[in-house]
Amino acid sequence: MSAFTLPFDKIGTKDHARVGGKCASLGEMTQAGVVVPTGFAVTTDAYLAMLDGTGLRKEIEAQLASTKFDDVLSLERSAQAIQIRFRSHKLPAAVEAAIRDDYAAMGDDLPVAVRSSATAEDLPDASFAGQQDTYLWVVGADTVIEHVRDCWASLFTARAMKYRHDHDLGQIDVLMSVAVQKMVNAQTAGVAMTLDPLTGDRTRIVIDASYGLGELVVSGIVTPDNFTVEKILMEVIDRKISQKHVELVPDVAAKTTVEREVTADRRNEQCLTDAQVIAVAQLAKALERQNKCPQDVEWAFDADMPEGENLVALQSRPETVWSQKPAEPTKTSFSTGMMGMVGALNNPVGSKK
Amino acid sequence: MDATTPMFPSAYDLKAPAGAEGWEDLYPYYLKFQPALRETEDQKFWFCDSQHWPNPFKPFDTMTVEFAVKCLGQYNTRHYLVPPANGVDYRIHNGYVYMSPIGVAPENIEARIPQFMERAGHYFQNWPTLLENWHKKVKANIDEMEAIEFEKLPDVVPLEWVKDGVGLDNTTALTENYDRMIQLIYRTWQYHFEFLNLGYAAYLDFFGFMKEQFPTIPDQAIAKMVQGHDSDLFRPDDELKKLARLAVELDVADALKDGSVQDALAAVNASDNGAKWIAAWEAAKDPWFNYTTGNGFYSTDKYWNENLDIPLGYLRDYIVRVQAGETIERPMAALHAERDRIASEYQEMMSPEAAEAFQGKLGLARTVYPYVEDHNFYIEHWSMGVFWKKMRALSKLLHEEGFWPTEDGMFYLDRNEVRDVIFDYGNAWATGGDWAGPNYWPAEIERRKGIIDALATQAPQPALNNPPEVITEPFTIMLWGITSDSIKNWIGGDDDSDDMVGMAASPGAVEGIARVIRSPDKLNEIQQGEILVAPVTAPSWAPVFGKIQATVTDIGGMMSHAAIVCREYGLPAVTGTGSASTRIKTGDRIRVDGNTGKVTILS
Repeated sequence: MSAFTLPFDKIGTKDHARVGGKCASLGEMTQAGVVVPTGFAVTTDAYLAMLDGTGLRKEIEAQLASTKFDDVLSLERSAQAIQIRFRSHKLPAAVEAAIRDDYAAMGDDLPVAVRSSATAEDLPDASFAGQQDTYLWVVGADTVIEHVRDCWASLFTARAMKYRHDHDLGQIDVLMSVAVQKMVNAQTAGVAMTLDPLTGDRTRIVIDASYGLGELVVSGIVTPDNFTVEKILMEVIDRKISQKHVELVPDVAAKTTVEREVTADRRNEQCLTDAQVIAVAQLAKALERQNKCPQDVEWAFDADMPEGENLVALQSRPETVWSQKPAEPTKTSFSTGMMGMVGALNNPVGSKK
Repeated sequence: MDATTPMFPSAYDLKAPAGAEGWEDLYPYYLKFQPALRETEDQKFWFCDSQHWPNPFKPFDTMTVEFAVKCLGQYNTRHYLVPPANGVDYRIHNGYVYMSPIGVAPENIEARIPQFMERAGHYFQNWPTLLENWHKKVKANIDEMEAIEFEKLPDVVPLEWVKDGVGLDNTTALTENYDRMIQLIYRTWQYHFEFLNLGYAAYLDFFGFMKEQFPTIPDQAIAKMVQGHDSDLFRPDDELKKLARLAVELDVADALKDGSVQDALAAVNASDNGAKWIAAWEAAKDPWFNYTTGNGFYSTDKYWNENLDIPLGYLRDYIVRVQAGETIERPMAALHAERDRIASEYQEMMSPEAAEAFQGKLGLARTVYPYVEDHNFYIEHWSMGVFWKKMRALSKLLHEEGFWPTEDGMFYLDRNEVRDVIFDYGNAWATGGDWAGPNYWPAEIERRKGIIDALATQAPQPALNNPPEVITEPFTIMLWGITSDSIKNWIGGDDDSDDMVGMAASPGAVEGIARVIRSPDKLNEIQQGEILVAPVTAPSWAPVFGKIQATVTDIGGMMSHAAIVCREYGLPAVTGTGSASTRIKTGDRIRVDGNTGKVTILS
């Protein structure tokens, strides 16, 4: 088996260093039985083969040697030069073959997302990771390969280079893996939080859901249906059905997504069945257990997959607002035994407001 | 509503329906709102207990409410001195019973605490041994009641009695046996509450603790953590399931399928393995067929062992399902695992200190809770079943002697009038004259019957007068599910809306076709997959719970029998809707949400 690519379901803990943070998390979810959109990682071995098998490393080093990091213009020129160097080389034949094989195995010209997956676990996350590229609705092996190379090149934007320089990180030591992942053809999608974001109540899972891809839910362009699920009993205890006027759907021909009006008959309907609501809640609860802290999960029901098995997790992140609040000081003491009972009788709970 | 208009009417302004005039004579003076006491009675809040007593009382049957509520009270007030709560006052008005809990004056609560701790504490500390003793006492009462027979008076006192110099006649046993039956059932009702109030107190403590830890936790989740699953209350149904499976195994299922009980049992007996199955059937009957289709509080209750067609009907349904390859047994291991999962997942979210308190309270609640379920079989089903059986035999005897025209005539008399009748019966037998009863009771019973039928045409008021600012009486909250919120639901009842709100008593949400059942006699009308809608249900309706999708009741709280059975059978339930059984019609498509307590008529 090629060391250059690794399907998500084959990514084990030992592989995390070679596949970067994003792929590792997709691998972990897959290992834990969470369904994620299928795909594979182009490993750091492939990146190293690119650097070392094409003469690219020397070209980059030469360019870096003359870069003045404090001079914006010089930095920008270097960044562009390095990116041009990346694009001037073909991928090593073995790397290209491995990508073609794995892409073909996913289906016939399947639309995919090509995303960078940095090996930056020791780096302060988002600010850095956000500087690498993501390409959506990529179709065809040639284009996939082209965008894998673009992702690698995106390690050398001026901002990323400056960041590494300022933090004393080697410019060429940060390696890059790339995720090639099926684009979700979302019937419905949204977000699930494993606590009530309004109150921090951890016995609840709160789900926002709307038609199409989840971006419109996340960005607040549609008012989603809102479900509250009791986490232990796994029962829907509250629901607010909204008017969902617009949905984001794929336009495969144009290799992009388009916003369109939701047809009148569906607009005010509950967009998920209760069974689907519970499935999303189960998924979120499983991810919370796996990650041992409250999670904020992006999910979708994929129209391309068989009904009943088509719920996929797109992303699971620790919930940050309530999790970082210091725990409320618990009641000083609990009366137990007979005193507890006397207390309960004297102030029965139903009498409180 | 202005401050001077009470939220609910006064009993004194509630007229009896036409034809029920004179209903007051049917019940003893202490059970009625006395005209002279209007001012004080109107100051109190009374709620109708139609959960236990949904139909107007025949005079004899008032004994059930009298003994039950008196004995409930004695334990709070005189045995354990429950700090904030005495008993529950009660009145019958227009045939229905209204309750008013009696609190303890705030300044007296403190002094009761040490006494409560010592007295109730003793029970909690010695629960298993005291409970074992309870079973012996209750069983001894049952045995004694079973042994009592009422015999017609012979023409002459037996010769041996004369020769032995007994010096007493046959009326002696008749009189004493009747009195003894009343005494025994009175004792039984005391036993009923010996543990029950304490069971609720421990549960309330656990319940309050959980609500404090997780303010939004559903009541049902708390109930699910303590429920027993292998309660004796569900044994009768389990026995039928075992018999169904055995019938298929022994190849006697076809013999059982058709005909009367007698025919079916004869057909089984005639088949190869028949004797073995009949032996199992007979073994199950004692005691498990001492099981009523009602709730034990009415002389009209039908008990399985006197109406074998009822369990046989359920058994036949089960046989069909076994033959279709269905698993009819409840998945006990899975139910236990689920109960423990729920408890441990909540515990995971607690601080270590809270988790420790949780363990203690859960442990106690689980120790005492089985009684809350089990007692119902031993008292309402078994003891009351034997009691009613003997009382029906006495009524039949007196009917045959001409005192009344129907076998059930006696129940139109109150329990003290029955003593009079027994004296009348023995008196004229002794004097050699004529009984007065046969000339008096037929017309009087007819009159009373007319009154009770008229009373039944008018539904009770949910409550009388003004509720207190907040309901604080713990047993009212626990037993009847009455809180300040639920009272609001009673008056918020907008009859034109398609939505009803009750207690979310057992989780899950479904849509389906409603079947409104007002009497257990109609249970056989229920079709597979329907939603049962009823004023109240009884545990013995369990065998139909395999057929239905959900239950909706007018009356009942979290601990009502409907709620307990639904949680046990994993069906969604909404209880205490107030009016679902009149607003929903059979055939309506409804949605029942046991998570939110909402019931919606869809079409």
